[in-house]
Amino acid sequence: MNAPILQAELLRQDRLHTRRSFLHTAASGLGGIALGSLLAGDGVLAAGESADPMRLRKPHGPARAKNCVFIFMAGAPSHLDLFDPKPKLNELHGQALPESMTKSVRFAFIQKETAKIMGSRRVFRKHGQCGMEFSDLLPRLAACADDLLMVRSLHSEQFNHHPGQLAMQCGRGVFGLPSMGSWLTYGLGSESRNLPGYVVLTSGRGSSGGATLWQSGFLPSSHAGVLFREQGDAVLNLGNPPGLPPALQRAGLDTLREANQARYDFVRDPEIASRIASYELAYRMQMAAPELIDLSRESKATLEAYGVDRAEPAGGGRGKQGETAKSFARNCLLARRLVERGVRFVNLIYASWDHHSNLDPELAYNSAVVDQPVAALIQDLKQRGLLEDTMVVWGSEFGRTPLGENRRGNPDATGRDHHPFSFTMLMAGGGLKPGVTYGRTDEIGWGIEENPVHENDLHATMLHCFGLDHLKLTHRFQGRDYRLTDVGGTVVTDWLA
Amino acid sequence: MRIWRRLHFALAFWLSFCPDGKAADPDRGRAQAVQALFAQKCLECHGPDDRKGGLRLDRREDALKALRSGAHAFVPGRPEAGELLTRVKSSDPDQQMPPKGERLSREEIALLRTWIAEGAPYAPHWAYTPLRLEPPPAVADPGWVRSPIDAWVLARLEREGLVPSPEAGRATLIRRLFYDLVGLPPTPGQVDAFVADASPGAYEKVVDELLRSRHFGERWGRHWLDMARYADSDGYEKDNPRPDAWHYRDWVIEAVNADLPFDQFTREQLAGDLLPGPGDHQQVATAFHRQTLTNTEGGADQEQFRNEAVFDRVETTGAIWLGLTVGCARCHSHKYDAVSHREYFQLFAFYDNADEATHRLTVPAAEMAAYQETKAMHAARLESVRSRLVEAEEAGKGPLAAWKESLDALPVEARPKELAAVLAVPLEKRSTAQNKQVRDHFFAQIHEPTKEPWASLKKLEKSAPPEPGQIVRVLAQRMKEPRATRLLERGDFLSPGVPVVPGGLEILPPVVFRSPGQADRLDLANWLMDERNPLTPRVLANHVWMHLFGEGLVRTANDFGVRGEPPSHPGLLDWLASEYRRLGWSRKAMIRTIVLSSTYRQSSRHRAELLDLDPSNRLLARQNRLRVEAELVRDIALSISGLLSEKVGGPSVFPPMPADIAALSYANNFKWTESPGEDRYRRGLYTFFKRSSPHPNLLAFDCPDANTTSVGRRVSNTPLQALALLNNETFAEAAEAFAKRALGWETSGDGARVALLLRHCVAREPAAEETSRFLELLRTARAYYEEHAGDAERLTKRHRAPGVPASEAAAWTSVARIALNLDEVITRE
Repeated sequence: MNAPILQAELLRQDRLHTRRSFLHTAASGLGGIALGSLLAGDGVLAAGESADPMRLRKPHGPARAKNCVFIFMAGAPSHLDLFDPKPKLNELHGQALPESMTKSVRFAFIQKETAKIMGSRRVFRKHGQCGMEFSDLLPRLAACADDLLMVRSLHSEQFNHHPGQLAMQCGRGVFGLPSMGSWLTYGLGSESRNLPGYVVLTSGRGSSGGATLWQSGFLPSSHAGVLFREQGDAVLNLGNPPGLPPALQRAGLDTLREANQARYDFVRDPEIASRIASYELAYRMQMAAPELIDLSRESKATLEAYGVDRAEPAGGGRGKQGETAKSFARNCLLARRLVERGVRFVNLIYASWDHHSNLDPELAYNSAVVDQPVAALIQDLKQRGLLEDTMVVWGSEFGRTPLGENRRGNPDATGRDHHPFSFTMLMAGGGLKPGVTYGRTDEIGWGIEENPVHENDLHATMLHCFGLDHLKLTHRFQGRDYRLTDVGGTVVTDWLA
Repeated sequence: MRIWRRLHFALAFWLSFCPDGKAADPDRGRAQAVQALFAQKCLECHGPDDRKGGLRLDRREDALKALRSGAHAFVPGRPEAGELLTRVKSSDPDQQMPPKGERLSREEIALLRTWIAEGAPYAPHWAYTPLRLEPPPAVADPGWVRSPIDAWVLARLEREGLVPSPEAGRATLIRRLFYDLVGLPPTPGQVDAFVADASPGAYEKVVDELLRSRHFGERWGRHWLDMARYADSDGYEKDNPRPDAWHYRDWVIEAVNADLPFDQFTREQLAGDLLPGPGDHQQVATAFHRQTLTNTEGGADQEQFRNEAVFDRVETTGAIWLGLTVGCARCHSHKYDAVSHREYFQLFAFYDNADEATHRLTVPAAEMAAYQETKAMHAARLESVRSRLVEAEEAGKGPLAAWKESLDALPVEARPKELAAVLAVPLEKRSTAQNKQVRDHFFAQIHEPTKEPWASLKKLEKSAPPEPGQIVRVLAQRMKEPRATRLLERGDFLSPGVPVVPGGLEILPPVVFRSPGQADRLDLANWLMDERNPLTPRVLANHVWMHLFGEGLVRTANDFGVRGEPPSHPGLLDWLASEYRRLGWSRKAMIRTIVLSSTYRQSSRHRAELLDLDPSNRLLARQNRLRVEAELVRDIALSISGLLSEKVGGPSVFPPMPADIAALSYANNFKWTESPGEDRYRRGLYTFFKRSSPHPNLLAFDCPDANTTSVGRRVSNTPLQALALLNNETFAEAAEAFAKRALGWETSGDGARVALLLRHCVAREPAAEETSRFLELLRTARAYYEEHAGDAERLTKRHRAPGVPASEAAAWTSVARIALNLDEVITRE
């Protein structure tokens, strides 16, 4: 009878599952005790496997990128005023669009009957050897043109911020899915022994998506992003309670380890071994994280390049919260320090781009916040040889309309509405072709005329650079093999260096 | 040797598809194995929608049809005649199947060959077949069998040549019952009493007491709230608070405490408003399906998000009652499970006319009478002022006319600003409203005799007593212009397709409509709980089992479909399912049945010989060790330290939370104001749950995010958990209070005090080495704090008994803190 063989396979998967779920739940790193050998001795772990969800795993194929800094511009900046010049818009300023164009289209706020095209006040110029176009608001990023890949043909299905942000981070505009950083650490682990593999930094006001943007969904929560904070401890609960010195923390942890070890010796549950390892990593994080956020060893030149101590730019109605510009500059520098220390994925979130009105001053302020630090990050990574295998992505959940926003029939449009049909992203490093402008929108920046790129395609390509096949990086949940790219995704080979 | 044992086990496991302990039915088992293989490897492309190459493998009659090429996939009895075997064996990339992914193994190909040779029979999926009521199997050791549960488990173990684990120690048993039934630790006194009680009914007595505890509803209500995706805010970007949401949470706690039979529990939540003479309870119950998210983001299309909410209602219902992921069928027929695109919208149609509504809670008679009295008094005062005003206005008619004339004579700048627009209109062209505006201005602000009554009247009008009775979000049947449901192509609300009427799934008995042509949610609820439906009782019994063993008999508790895992003990699952129904759907009786079994009472120690044979404990040769849920991690620490408030129910509370985490919400639109007094120490399930920014302690310990239904939590083990337990304010405070408590005990000597402290944490008597380890820590800490008075003060500033030196309080706080961090404390053993 052959059928039982199937069940032998089931049993094999079962053992693998146990081991794997154990690995997922086990804490990162091996810590003060030789946990691996402890478990190997029990036959729980096969040789070569360690009890570590962040243990390095081989990608499916050759990898060009090792780390990623995703600079998420939540709220959606206007591609038409930053990256995708449309002289035609100025020509048609104040005119209505033909009904044929708007008929089957939805808007968030625009009233179709009275909507008028809105020109751009920005001045665009070509930059670098490659002649990549930028508006006058991003001079320093423009100076990096030859290191950048500009994609003008992103599109999304989501009209509203939260679903749109979920789609950009998780591949679909729904709840409960793992974010990109979770998939990467799930697929590859992380090199850092003392820091989480997936770190989140935020500046300015909160994003629509909040914590759902760095969730691990149905993947184990070891793969969720860990939020680094600006006030107090770098990581929540990192500092001992007031009045408890480090020496006593160590003494307490030693007692705890011995007690837990004794329990392990009695009940032999590998979860206890994982817990012991978790406490050891927690202790190492207590040591490593303060060092990470201490910028005193950075040179004056570096601090100045990022603008860590620069003055706050003028303006900034909606987005500003405290010293937003300094905070963002600091986070860009921290991103480099995290990457240096082997952290796999850094999600740097800045949410202030939702310019339904007051577009020109708001855009000027927010551009001033991000232009210098992002340019500095790219240059800094390049100088240190880190840009080779670090992918930097700058982008948002969608773009903004060529039509002015006439909410409630207001004839004096000063802003633009949500526009998922086309938007622009910037990328650099990690095996991507520099100095290339990819994709083309129509003459008013409405639809895409050449090389459309869906979020799923973007994600498939990013994974590809990390050596991961987006079709193979799957997780079975509720009977279905889920992927970051949902049911879509085509690798954009034109981007690959 | 090992390999042989493993194969032997594997064979036995496969046989378990057949009735436990009975002679196997190899054909049926093989057919199911083949269908499972198709589901795994083939149905993505050869399912009901795609039928690539003209092949549909999920139904026999379709699979036997000629392919587009004219050939056949397989011919029963003639393995070499069909394409199937050729293709799976082929090494030609253009020919081979499956075209991508892992190839079939030699064993799998051999299985297919045998199956075809024997006639290629299909067997219905186990989960949809009628419940099999078979007598429990005979066992060699009937002494172990306390209930039919044990017979099934033991028969299976005996077949493997395995023995069950011994019963857990008394201290472990009572702690297990406390954690499982009420989610709180027993006190050392309760443990001692149970250990000393040698009477035969001692265990049952504890079980019955716990089932009667009002904390039982909190513990088991929380399981349900996970599935109900309960939260205190709207979700999405704006994530506005829902200050009335807790009424539903309390409904759940009360229903679970009252042991509302599960069929009624179902009817009230899905269709309470449609029951005869629904009271507050039945109305509030329908808030179950108001836990869906609400998107108030600017520019969000209301119809889009209304549809999203209905999708969620359908999919949540499917996951909880049917154990099926019907969500796939929102856009297309399910690739491997028997749920068609149309059937999805038949379920959708039940909910399409359930409108989001509000219900005002009935007010107690006394409160209502008081309100009526105040209202009447207010009305009387209003009337008296009004008549005074009317009189004064009557008398002021002359002055009004004179004033009006004088006004028109005034230069524009000198006229009252508020009237500028009106006065610009010539007198004869003014509307009634404009005339009234001029008149009102005169009497309200110019004419002395009317000014006071006018102001009084306005003030009184604003101070009308509010109608008592809180408003709760509920569902209500849409009576006016009911929606005619259409199938939505690809699940897109902008692409309506053919009309659809409410209906069930083909795999289950048909829906019985109370009045034909008027299908509603009550029919849906009745259909789910219909006694001919075999799937739902299996799913529900599995939920109860899952909460008592950490894993269901079907491990994929939310997937009873063909890709889900088959039950480890099918006979037992069917017995439990019918027993649940026989017990009148009593949750408490079901739980009691399970926890009284020998199977439940086993020790959870791992056994070396099981590691190889049954590493994930499918055979139940022991209990499982389970990390407790996020809420309980905190409840237990607060309870041990003596801080916990045992108040049940009421509005959600705001325990301490780091300010910057609360501020992560969108544009700072929400302030987390710490609750004062005992509300700081309420059980975790009362913590205000803000969907976009849940309390970090809850998230760290895998609390679901309440955005979608959660059937069974995941358990992770991360350094962030270690940091929370060591350093978070709540846990640091618990350690401090625990030390204060310990220092108040009448014990002699550090050793006895440390031992008692450990007993509070782990219930059992600590070993001598354990006590001495903690004593050593005590000495180290004491030495430090005697030298560092400032640190001692800082560590114990919240809870220190008067007269206790800070150094002593601090030394014990550091010991209590580590004791509370023991793995055992947060583990149900």
